[in-house]
Amino acid sequence: MKQLLGLLLLLPMLVIAGQDIATMRSTNLLVEPEAPRLEKEENKDLKRKRSYPMQPPTIPHKVAGYRVDLNSNKCLSCHSRRRVAETQAPMVSVTHYMDRDGNFLAEVSPRRYFCNQCHVPQMEVRPLVDNTFQDVDNILKNEQAQ
Amino acid sequence: MLNYIKELWHTISHPSRYYSLGILITAGFIAGIFFWGGFNTALEATNTETFCISCHEMKNNVYQELQSTIHYTNRSGVRATCPDCHVPHDWTDKIARKMQASKEVWGKIFGTINTREKFLEKRLELASHEWDRLKANDSLECRNCHEFHYMDFTRQSVRAEEAHSKGLLKGEKTCIDCHKGIAHELPDMAGIEGWQ
Repeated sequence: MKQLLGLLLLLPMLVIAGQDIATMRSTNLLVEPEAPRLEKEENKDLKRKRSYPMQPPTIPHKVAGYRVDLNSNKCLSCHSRRRVAETQAPMVSVTHYMDRDGNFLAEVSPRRYFCNQCHVPQMEVRPLVDNTFQDVDNILKNEQAQ
Repeated sequence: MLNYIKELWHTISHPSRYYSLGILITAGFIAGIFFWGGFNTALEATNTETFCISCHEMKNNVYQELQSTIHYTNRSGVRATCPDCHVPHDWTDKIARKMQASKEVWGKIFGTINTREKFLEKRLELASHEWDRLKANDSLECRNCHEFHYMDFTRQSVRAEEAHSKGLLKGEKTCIDCHKGIAHELPDMAGIEGWQ
């Protein structure tokens, strides 16, 4: 009886292993794939185009080791209102100095404090899935053409 | 006891009766070599990372934080140990720093930072000491490795090159002005110049 149960438990595994389900994984489900290489963060300091007007701009430089926590915020040491004159970095958007009722604050609002919740550096890697996103300009152009 | 001290004083305050001046000088010279050697060896022994992290205050706090930073682990495997950054390399400066450090022995004995909580409480003060020291000596310990004259700005990123040629080149700024918290975590930086 026990042996039979054991076999039954193993059965789904065998089925999956045999099927070689096509996923984004490069290897069979039951095999530990080799970890992909860590790519370097892009560090060109050139602003990238935003895909839509409200998109949080991506970070055009390395941020490895930048600490953003309760005690310190490395990003703000260049991008805060007080620092931009010296550093010539773009100032964080004025919306970041507003609370959710639209009142302006002296400091960056706590809800906008953790920069990398929205702003991220980029790496040159091959996307696993093709992106079908269309720029709004494209959509409008297509509509006019119809 | 008092007699013994008097006798000792009598011996050293009078000319030698049995030994020639030559023997005394030679013996003194040889003993001097041993004392000096011993002193320097002991000094060097206190100038190692093993010595620093033999105290749990250092091992459990700052040493743990160091390990994820580029000064501990990096692509080329060159690393900085505690004294590389925290003790000057020149002898006189080193001795001056070591004398300052006697206060740290006091702190160890009375347990001023013997828990994580106490350490965090005191972190701003301790960090400020190091910032002030590096500010005063123009980031000497940084420059032991990161010598400005051999820095190739063309190999730096645009931001780094701009910042270095603006502040560092003119001598208006020194390394520690911008590079705080590169090897350890930071205290609360509210109100610190250049932060937020």
